[in-house]
Amino acid sequence: MKKTHIFLLVLIAAAIVVLISYTGDLSSYETVGSAKQKPGKFVNLIVKMDKSQPVVYDPVKNPNLLKFNVQDSLGGKIGVVYHNTMPTDMEKSERLVLKGKVQGDVFECSAIVLKCPSKYKDNPNAMREQPASLSN
Amino acid sequence: MNTAPSIQFIGEHLLPGQLGYFLSILSLVASLLATFAFAKAFYATEITTQKDWYKLAKLSFIIESVAVFASFLILYYVISNHMFEYKYAYTHSDKHMPTEYLLSCFWEGQEGSFLLWSFWHCILGLVVMARSNKWKQQSYGVLMVLSFTQFCLATMVVGLYIFNFKVGSSPFIMLRHEMNWPILSRPDYLQLIKDGTGLNTLLQNYWMVIHPPILFLGFASTTIPFAFAVVGLLKKDNNWMTTALPWATFSAGILGLGIMMGAAWAYESLTFGGYWAWDPVENASLVPWLTLVAAIHTAIIYRKTGRSLKATYLFFGISFLLVVYSTFLTRSGILGDTSVHAFTDLGMNAQLLAFLLIFVLPYFSLFIFRYKTLVEPTTEESIDSREFWMLVGSLVLFLSALVIIAITSIPVFNKIFGTKIAPPEDPAFAHNQVQVFVAIIIGVLSAVGQYLKFKSTPGENFWKSLRWPFLITAIISTIIFVLVGIVYNEKGIGFLAALYVATVSSVFTVVSNAYYWLVTLKGKTKSAGASIGHIGFGLVLVGILISSSNKTVLSWNTTGINVIQKDPNAKSPVGNPMENITLFESITTDMGKYMVTYQRDTIDNLDKKFYELKFKEKKTSDSFYLYPDVLKNNKGMEGFSANPASKHYWNKDIFVYVTSFQDHSKEDTVQFKPAKIKVGDSVFYSNGYVKLEKVLINPNANRAAGTNELVLQMKVHSATGLTYEAHPTISVTGMTMRMIPDTIRAQNLILNFSNVVDQPKGILQIGIKESSTLSNLITLKVYEFPFINLLWIGVIVMTLGFMMSTYARVKKNG
Repeated sequence: MKKTHIFLLVLIAAAIVVLISYTGDLSSYETVGSAKQKPGKFVNLIVKMDKSQPVVYDPVKNPNLLKFNVQDSLGGKIGVVYHNTMPTDMEKSERLVLKGKVQGDVFECSAIVLKCPSKYKDNPNAMREQPASLSN
Repeated sequence: MNTAPSIQFIGEHLLPGQLGYFLSILSLVASLLATFAFAKAFYATEITTQKDWYKLAKLSFIIESVAVFASFLILYYVISNHMFEYKYAYTHSDKHMPTEYLLSCFWEGQEGSFLLWSFWHCILGLVVMARSNKWKQQSYGVLMVLSFTQFCLATMVVGLYIFNFKVGSSPFIMLRHEMNWPILSRPDYLQLIKDGTGLNTLLQNYWMVIHPPILFLGFASTTIPFAFAVVGLLKKDNNWMTTALPWATFSAGILGLGIMMGAAWAYESLTFGGYWAWDPVENASLVPWLTLVAAIHTAIIYRKTGRSLKATYLFFGISFLLVVYSTFLTRSGILGDTSVHAFTDLGMNAQLLAFLLIFVLPYFSLFIFRYKTLVEPTTEESIDSREFWMLVGSLVLFLSALVIIAITSIPVFNKIFGTKIAPPEDPAFAHNQVQVFVAIIIGVLSAVGQYLKFKSTPGENFWKSLRWPFLITAIISTIIFVLVGIVYNEKGIGFLAALYVATVSSVFTVVSNAYYWLVTLKGKTKSAGASIGHIGFGLVLVGILISSSNKTVLSWNTTGINVIQKDPNAKSPVGNPMENITLFESITTDMGKYMVTYQRDTIDNLDKKFYELKFKEKKTSDSFYLYPDVLKNNKGMEGFSANPASKHYWNKDIFVYVTSFQDHSKEDTVQFKPAKIKVGDSVFYSNGYVKLEKVLINPNANRAAGTNELVLQMKVHSATGLTYEAHPTISVTGMTMRMIPDTIRAQNLILNFSNVVDQPKGILQIGIKESSTLSNLITLKVYEFPFINLLWIGVIVMTLGFMMSTYARVKKNG
């Protein structure tokens, strides 16, 4: 066997080990219900804001504390605590991806990804509707 | 198309669009004809037929190039003249935009960026044609592949419906054809559309003018070495590498520069707090660069020793295929939840997938089919040879690329297998913990590579010539560790140790390549490309390691306003550091090394609100101002978007951005709450209590004549233990009584001395008002990035190295 082949095998083995160990780090998308079954486990939730409940954020008292409530497509509800500022547009966002874990009866969130009508680009569907400013 | 043709719309400019459509179709047809004619020329056996076909092919390619250039100009004309009857102008620009950003609008959308890609292919193709006398048949083949790529790109912007299947998306589509808004059926609709929706302010940045063209030149130029590889496989002739190498080094240099310009943009305008976030879009552009660099090294091995031939074909092929794959990833909308950068899905997924497969399948089939003909020496390379270690390095780069792209492709995997795998808890660390070892290996290999000789290296000389580099590396590393240090304890001792080793390894790269250039090559520039390139690469690594591991958050709140944030290292249960600090207007706040004051704010005519922040260093009393801004009503966004500001020093950047703000604009409706109080009594408010210490009569000697003042000396004790003095006052002049309340802004508290209720018993009435609208406030994040300039300098030096190498090779090839 050639030395380069041995090296290649070692490297491929290393790459496989890396990928396998990486799969151990991977998380999953859960519903509110299934996330509650796994307290302390890092999960991703795809939810909407529950607008019937107030959003609590008062930078005077604590700029690193945001509390709000969410609801998933199955109707599961949970309170969320996020130790950061309130993301811009959060209330306008049609969908939120929350990363974090259930602790006690709240979801301790480490990151919020907003799915806005136009976070970066225009959503073609939103764009097809006539803007309010144009209807006279 | 659902509009009746009888309506005459007022004020529309139809000509640019019609011309644009015509040119799109022209370039589509011309590129197809060029592909066919180049193929005929490539396969022709007789010189005369070859020449005839080549003439036709050349003409088609030139027509196609003209069509592409003209479409480019027309689209720019449409945007710059604000012709909002065109959807592209309406959705990507507005009238208020500074002229310099009109180009950014051009490539904000998919259509414009495809056009840009096509544009560079034309330029590159014209260069290939100009130089084709030297390598005739080869160049026909290369142009054939290039023209076919051009054909595929032309389908992306043609915007035709074929059997109800939408082929491409045209940048020249009319707003009234695309949208079904009621007003668009009115003949005078253009008068109602006053302005376009504009460009996202994040993209209104000078980097966004220059980064996409450079990046797309990088993408486009990977096609040339790929085309050479295809031709090599078709003709069973492997002698193309000398000709292809300068193209490859040019491509790697430009692609690397383009990627890092994107990083510079992310650093300056995104609020990630960094230049690299392992975002799928960033990864997708990095991966072809890694494999291209691997390909350059294996191609050099092949030229010198005849080895690594298969690897070279694989790497050049895969570099281009990864560019196409990244196009698929970023434009198909498949990244959805995992990326903030991706383009909008234009409903062209099937077409994008076809674009990918039409290259991947034939190339790999050809590669496998020809595998046996790719003969390499059967002897083994010696372990002390340069080719052996260069190959090892290339393989490490290749596998590193594979690991990155595998992780990035999780959404694709989910789509195919219906799984619901999500990124890990700390996606950046998941990459960093792997790539730090790649950095270590590549660092050492690029340091020693040039000291090794092809075939075999005399051991004694090797170690002898590396003596000084070893010593200098040891000294410089020690200086770095003592003076700057690597402070990153968050991921355990193992990772920290790896960071130390990686730093030494990358310092070693810089030192030993600099030494090789200055001592062995005697500082000559002719063949210095490789050394300079490696120095730059080493500097990039050093810059990344030092700046990332020493990035510190300065915005620890030390005011004590937050009960839970007494400990600067406090984290939320899921590891969020408490990074935001609240600043009240005109109140100086203690922030670690600095005292910060939010002095005032101004709004410019584009609705941008600038905050003037004064930073005063505690130790030196040096002060400077930073002006982060927020833009209300950014394109389609209801809230605001923040734009960071930074103070650059030679050795660090102070980087600040506004994370939220509160305006004073709200009407203050809160009433004073009355309370009766005696000296020594306390009254509670929501965040502590107020104690009346003394009543002072006329303490102020400078009061107006005939005025008597009754001043309450009060102390506000907040729940966090901080105390504030307050002096609400009643001032009596003759028969008029005036109340002068006192404000404690940091507590949003106003104290008012209303009247004396019972003089003998000393009972006084005060008013307490608490209001969150009392003062303007912002919350802020402040980071310090040390030695970030090493990274940027490294990028420039590396690009210079690639260009020197390209120049030297072009000159040598003649």
